[in-house]
Amino acid sequence: MTAPEQNLITASELTAADLQQTLGYLFDHQLDFADLYFQSSVHESWVLEDGLVKDGSFNIERGVGVRAISGEKTGFAYADTISAAALKQAATAARGIAAQGQSGSVKAFSKSSNSNIYLPCEPLQSLTNTDKVALLHQIEAYIRTLDNRAEQVMVSISGVYEEILVAATDGTYASDIRPLVRLNCSVLLQQGDRRERGNAGGGGRTDYSYFYELVDGTPRWQHYAREAIRQAQVNLTAIDAPAGTMPVVLGSGWPGVLLHEAVGHGLEGDFNRKGSSTFSGRIGEQVASKLCTIVDDGTLAHRRGSLNIDDEGVPSQHNVLIENGILKGYIQDKHNAMLMGVAPTGNGRRESFANLPMPRMTNTYMLAGQSDPAEIIASVKKGIYAPNFGGGQVDITSGKFVFSASEAYLIENGKITAPIKGATLIGMGPEAMQQVSMVGNDLALDAGVGVCGKQGQSVPVGVGQPTLKLDAITVGGTQH
Amino acid sequence: MQVTQPTIWQEIDEVKQAVAEVLAHAKQLGASTAEASMSRTKGLSVETRHGEVETVEFNQDGGLGISLYFGQRKGSASTADLSPQALRRTVEAAADIARYTSEDPHAGLADASWLEMSPPDLDLFYPDSISTDEAIALCASSEEAAFATDKRITNSEGASFSTHQGLKVYGNSHGQLVGYPSSRHSFSCVVIGEDGDDMQRDYSFTVARQYSQLLDPKQIGREAALETVARLNARKIATQKVPVIFRADIASSLFGHLVSAISGGSIYRKSSFLVDKVGQQIMAPGITIVEQPHLKQALASSPFDGEGVKTHDLAVIEQGVLTTYLTTTYSARKLGMASTGHAGGIHNWLVSHGDEDLLQLCRSMGKGLLVTELMGQGVNTVTGDYSRGAAGFWVENGEIQFPVSEVTIAGNLKDMLMNISAVGNDVDRRGGVLTGSVLISQMQVAGS
Repeated sequence: MTAPEQNLITASELTAADLQQTLGYLFDHQLDFADLYFQSSVHESWVLEDGLVKDGSFNIERGVGVRAISGEKTGFAYADTISAAALKQAATAARGIAAQGQSGSVKAFSKSSNSNIYLPCEPLQSLTNTDKVALLHQIEAYIRTLDNRAEQVMVSISGVYEEILVAATDGTYASDIRPLVRLNCSVLLQQGDRRERGNAGGGGRTDYSYFYELVDGTPRWQHYAREAIRQAQVNLTAIDAPAGTMPVVLGSGWPGVLLHEAVGHGLEGDFNRKGSSTFSGRIGEQVASKLCTIVDDGTLAHRRGSLNIDDEGVPSQHNVLIENGILKGYIQDKHNAMLMGVAPTGNGRRESFANLPMPRMTNTYMLAGQSDPAEIIASVKKGIYAPNFGGGQVDITSGKFVFSASEAYLIENGKITAPIKGATLIGMGPEAMQQVSMVGNDLALDAGVGVCGKQGQSVPVGVGQPTLKLDAITVGGTQH
Repeated sequence: MQVTQPTIWQEIDEVKQAVAEVLAHAKQLGASTAEASMSRTKGLSVETRHGEVETVEFNQDGGLGISLYFGQRKGSASTADLSPQALRRTVEAAADIARYTSEDPHAGLADASWLEMSPPDLDLFYPDSISTDEAIALCASSEEAAFATDKRITNSEGASFSTHQGLKVYGNSHGQLVGYPSSRHSFSCVVIGEDGDDMQRDYSFTVARQYSQLLDPKQIGREAALETVARLNARKIATQKVPVIFRADIASSLFGHLVSAISGGSIYRKSSFLVDKVGQQIMAPGITIVEQPHLKQALASSPFDGEGVKTHDLAVIEQGVLTTYLTTTYSARKLGMASTGHAGGIHNWLVSHGDEDLLQLCRSMGKGLLVTELMGQGVNTVTGDYSRGAAGFWVENGEIQFPVSEVTIAGNLKDMLMNISAVGNDVDRRGGVLTGSVLISQMQVAGS
């Protein structure tokens, strides 16, 4: 028996046979599909500010979601305790979606063994509370040695231990243990009247020992600390950003948020089933320059966006979305895949038992190209270089997307010159992707801080890309 | 008022009992002080698409949050599982954390004198019960009205109705134990329009405490359709400096940035462009903003804040002068003030306005950009730097000429707030900031 089976089912005085029976009860009504999603999670965070660990928090969630599907219709109910009575009550509410009809037959559960994209560790127990607090103090002390202009330092760590189990009428019976940790450093530097903030951090599906691992000879947390300081220092000397349409070179790694917004959301199966995306009905068409091959891959070891199985029990996959500029496929959950007559792609995700699953990205990135990053910069006469971004947003129907640079520089005559203030970049997905004229050989993934929001549900994701050049995109600065 | 009224008050009494037990448990564990809040909501959400049901969701959520103190050390924990065992475990988790946090001289509960011991009834609870079938029919009628409005409406992202009712209880070791019920009903419709290669989507919505106060779903459908077709064949405009109008429905975001910048947390962290500005002119002299937390049936009304502190009328901006920061107990102590009752956010901001409607504002502007949509998070509260994606309409000779998209608007919030030259009388009442459209005399637009 797996730990989730023990903790979610057996400990709730339920058995696999009870789940079979509940699914059978749902299937009494004429349904195409039904599933039960059991989840339990504990989340902690510790925050240091002004040299004090002012607060820590601990959150417990546990419950079951019941979904019943008939054609395009979905009935959904959930309970925030796991018991036979709660399960029955939720099932009764959810199945109301379909009229009484003939009974279907629930497939026998087939248990599959999980892949080990990440290991079932318990991050909260991987460090004593004393050591968590000591780590925060150590990081702050280190940051203050880096720049005496540090006016404000905030450091936080958080850890999640989550167990899920999903049982469905198609015979799915799968479980997963999902650890997740994150560390963040935020620094405010002051010089004269000017104040600027720098942020950096990272994490993944592992435990807190990740932050102590040596990277180029120093512990990983020191890299975050130095990066936060560096970004604040750069911004202290930034001049106003230009306004208008110009060539933009995006750095490797986190600027892959471009792909998440310009491409990824528009390829989600629900929008394409409804025909509401700018990419709808365009499989096989050239939607990006030939230099672009873009994948969504939930199988990368320990990445924040990775999953052994998705929230419908489908194993994660390496899905090619765009190959040499040609649109190859959408990302799917079971419901939309069923309605579109294709296979699910392991992208059915939900924020918790209290939300319905939807097609969502995992780790979305562009494969490396041929160009030397230095050569890409050298090719720009007048433009900007943006190696760091905040968030983004997209309107999947018109394809218009934005993402905001948090660190950027002017490029003048092939050379990076002055740092400029953050500015929002705006474009139209397929048009912007056609503007990709050079792709670097330096593919990098982000450090593990991404959160994607869709219809009010947040899930952890990853992005990545090599350095790349967009020949023309609109830059929302203030100087013209 | 309603026959259901006794039931909800009985439920509030039960929850008060649970909160009292949680606080007693904290005391047993050695906590010197503690506060806890518990909420419960239940509801129904229905969505249709092309008149057919897409989803029916039954919501039932609950949560408990506790903070406790061993002297000046704080620990917090929360749970969505309200079983007695889970509540006990949550209190123990908070106590465990408080053993490791630092002594913080500013930590602690609100002063007893700040607390609301007998909250006024703000008339926020209208648990009108709408059946699933009624909700489906409403959604379908809205979509139908949208399709009938214009033949360029070719697709629907769906119409949705949601109704929720719930309660909130707060208690602390000062002996405060208060609670109130509330309800919220909303309806929205999102449709897609096409013209040639161009495809656009837009929406409209209505929200109220009382079901009968919602606008007609058919009207919402028509509005969604009109908003959508108006955006078709939008153009980019040239990069230039022009006046900009933020239409009422998105103008509230401007005041949202102001809220962040004057919140006590941003101020004591020096993470705001408005540090040390109380008593100074930060907005155009014509602007006054009054907060009225006790407006009957209003969406952001609340008799007390997240820490049990009394809420009361407050002039936040008087003739453009900032009169106060917005504080919680902690940020107030850091700043040497009393709490202004803003743990959990603001309560009904009323922005003063002139007597021009949106069309008259366009005429006053003459030539510029009317913004109806903003995208992205390009706002830096530390510096005030502002750069966001925008869509809307080009205005020339005081009249709307054509739709605009794929541009950005940029500036600095310090200047933007000072450069508000008019606020329209087209007040949007669907959120916590009640404002009309806002005319800013100049911003940088980036386009082609």
